[in-house]
Amino acid sequence: MKCKLIAAAVAGTLAAGPALADLVIPDLSYRTGPYAAGGTPFSDGYQDYFNLLNARDGGIGGEPIRVIECETGYNTEKGVECYESTKGEGALIYQPLSTGITYQLIPKATVDQIPLHTMGYGRTSAANGEVFNWVFNYPANYWDAASVMVNYLLEENGGSLEGKTLALLYHNSAYGKEPIRTLEDLSKLHGFELKQLAVDHPGQEQKSQWLQIRRERPDYVLMWGWGVMNQVAVQEAANINFPMENFIGNWWAGAEHDVTPAGEAANGYKSLNMNRVSDLPVFGEIKSLVHDAGNAAGDGSNLGSVLYTRGMYAAMLASEAIANAQEISGVSDITAAQMREGMATLNITNARMEELGMAAIGPEFSVSCQDHGGNGLGIVQQWNAIDKTWVALTDYIAPDDSVTGPLIKEDSAAFAAENNITPGCL
Amino acid sequence: MSADFLYGIEVLINGLMAGVLYALVALGFVLIYKASGIFNYAQGVMALFGALTLTGIMSGQVPFAHLINATFGTHIHNFGWNVPALGAIALTLVVMVCFAWMVQKFVFRHLVGQEPIILFMATIGLAYFLEGMGDLMWGSDIKKLDVGLPQGGSRWVEDITAGLGGDDFYGFFIDKLDMVATLVAAILVISLVMFSQYTKQGRAMRAVADDHQAALSVGISLNYIWILVWSLAGLVALVAGIMWGAKSGVQFSLSLIALKALPVLMLGGFTSIPGAIVGGLIIGVGEKLFEYLIGAPFLGGATENWFAYVLALIFLVFRPQGLFGEKIIERV
Repeated sequence: MKCKLIAAAVAGTLAAGPALADLVIPDLSYRTGPYAAGGTPFSDGYQDYFNLLNARDGGIGGEPIRVIECETGYNTEKGVECYESTKGEGALIYQPLSTGITYQLIPKATVDQIPLHTMGYGRTSAANGEVFNWVFNYPANYWDAASVMVNYLLEENGGSLEGKTLALLYHNSAYGKEPIRTLEDLSKLHGFELKQLAVDHPGQEQKSQWLQIRRERPDYVLMWGWGVMNQVAVQEAANINFPMENFIGNWWAGAEHDVTPAGEAANGYKSLNMNRVSDLPVFGEIKSLVHDAGNAAGDGSNLGSVLYTRGMYAAMLASEAIANAQEISGVSDITAAQMREGMATLNITNARMEELGMAAIGPEFSVSCQDHGGNGLGIVQQWNAIDKTWVALTDYIAPDDSVTGPLIKEDSAAFAAENNITPGCL
Repeated sequence: MSADFLYGIEVLINGLMAGVLYALVALGFVLIYKASGIFNYAQGVMALFGALTLTGIMSGQVPFAHLINATFGTHIHNFGWNVPALGAIALTLVVMVCFAWMVQKFVFRHLVGQEPIILFMATIGLAYFLEGMGDLMWGSDIKKLDVGLPQGGSRWVEDITAGLGGDDFYGFFIDKLDMVATLVAAILVISLVMFSQYTKQGRAMRAVADDHQAALSVGISLNYIWILVWSLAGLVALVAGIMWGAKSGVQFSLSLIALKALPVLMLGGFTSIPGAIVGGLIIGVGEKLFEYLIGAPFLGGATENWFAYVLALIFLVFRPQGLFGEKIIERV
């Protein structure tokens, strides 16, 4: 009996072991803890798209996709543990959805030669592909976001921000501090005054910052927030009667759950977005082939929300890079190095997005060995609290590359010098 | 009066009100520590769990829906009814009392006589269990909490004080929710003091707090008293959860409000209800004034979290038992 049990256990272990032909995609998710409200919809969208490809197409290029979910709780140490425990499975790409985890994984992934995709977060200067060979942050980064915000405000103010005051309300962390250099340069260029207001983690208490805003009456408040900081900020802005149309969050401060707790008081709040939110045909396919088949990553309630859409968009970009890598290498069962090649030569077109059932979900862009950052476009959207929908106010707005470009060059050169990296393409 | 001076007064008033909210969380810690010597690490999570349960009941959410659906392939999420706020608060209190009974029955009854560090570790386990249970029962999405509390600054106060300091002064900003929280906290503290002074159960609670072996010898049931104390801590946690949840929506970061209570406890002492209140007020005013006068202008801001602990540490150096804590006398 004992022998039978051991044999069954061994057989079970072998059966449960990694199927080497799979395309392995770890999902470093956070469905628990203070940031779960943001992590859950993103992860749902990320996984559901891969599940759709498995259900509809049998994977990518005939290879099934195996998603390995690992809970990080948005905790950097746990994120690194997740990376270490999954990289041996043949991981092709990591999408950590955390700037803190990204900073820890950059040196590790570079040594292990596994690509990191930090979409709109992480280390901004990773856009320089000659220094960060294994890190990609397309289609846009934080410095793009800061520049897009300022360009939008320039447009709103007849091309001049001279004499205006912009307050940056930011999460007091590596993430929140990312746009400061860009905004400082932009303030010199456009003649506006920049005031910085830091909010400590988690951001549950912001009375001091909002009293300061009430006293100093800046023309605009820009927000780099995440988690509870966003909901409290929107409520506090409403409390002091700050005009919501002059309050703009970045793309991590513009989901439904950031505004719904404040109810109708949040009406008019604006945020950036790197992807459009609309009723895409692909959602119908996900509903019928994934959710109705009982293979949804979550409970299905997040389908179509801002962060669900972004997670799905991230999965689409990963799957397109896989298909590209398969085409370049001529094999379907690609390696992480081949995946990197697929990402470095990725070309996303409107025609392709339409073909995938997600027309204009993002801008057209292409990636190169030198440029891992895409073109940095973003839209401005506004919350309609009556209809409970985000309404796109603008088309895709371009950042000011003449400001962000030198900053990226400078920061990446410093990183290369610190780490003895000789810049160049692989 | 200059506008700067008046804004300083405004910061002070808002600091006092923030202090009341900190004190609300600290009260729960004090109740349990006083009666049983347990530092309840789970107090913040109890506030979260109470608020989650309240919003779940109010919106008619089916508890464990995700688990039920995954197991049985069903698609149930909602009972299809809404419960009025007062009814939902009453039902949530019943849940908190059941929780208190379960904590006593399944955890602390088996740990009687153990070292304080063991009891503390048990509450850490309890915190993680309760957080997971909350997630499993009600989901991790952010829930709007609307029990009819007012939001926003008081326009009346703003209007009558506008102009006191010239054109640069826009009137005092006082959050209506903070005013309600202050009132509720005052009622809660008076009720708790009256309960402990003038009721049989309250006197029994105080007897257990003074010497539980002596209390046992005169026929007081420790089991009953500890369930009562955990229930009261559950009530305080629910009130704190409502006040904080009304500001930010009910979400899992609510459990971190416990961090705001620690400096209050260090300052006010772990065994004094007035200490929790006064400690909360000192921390609230101290951190807000420091941020206004020094933190924001000279240190880049975001000083409140660490300054609260610095303030508490300064008090600790001169009075280790806290402002109102019982004096520690070790006889050898």
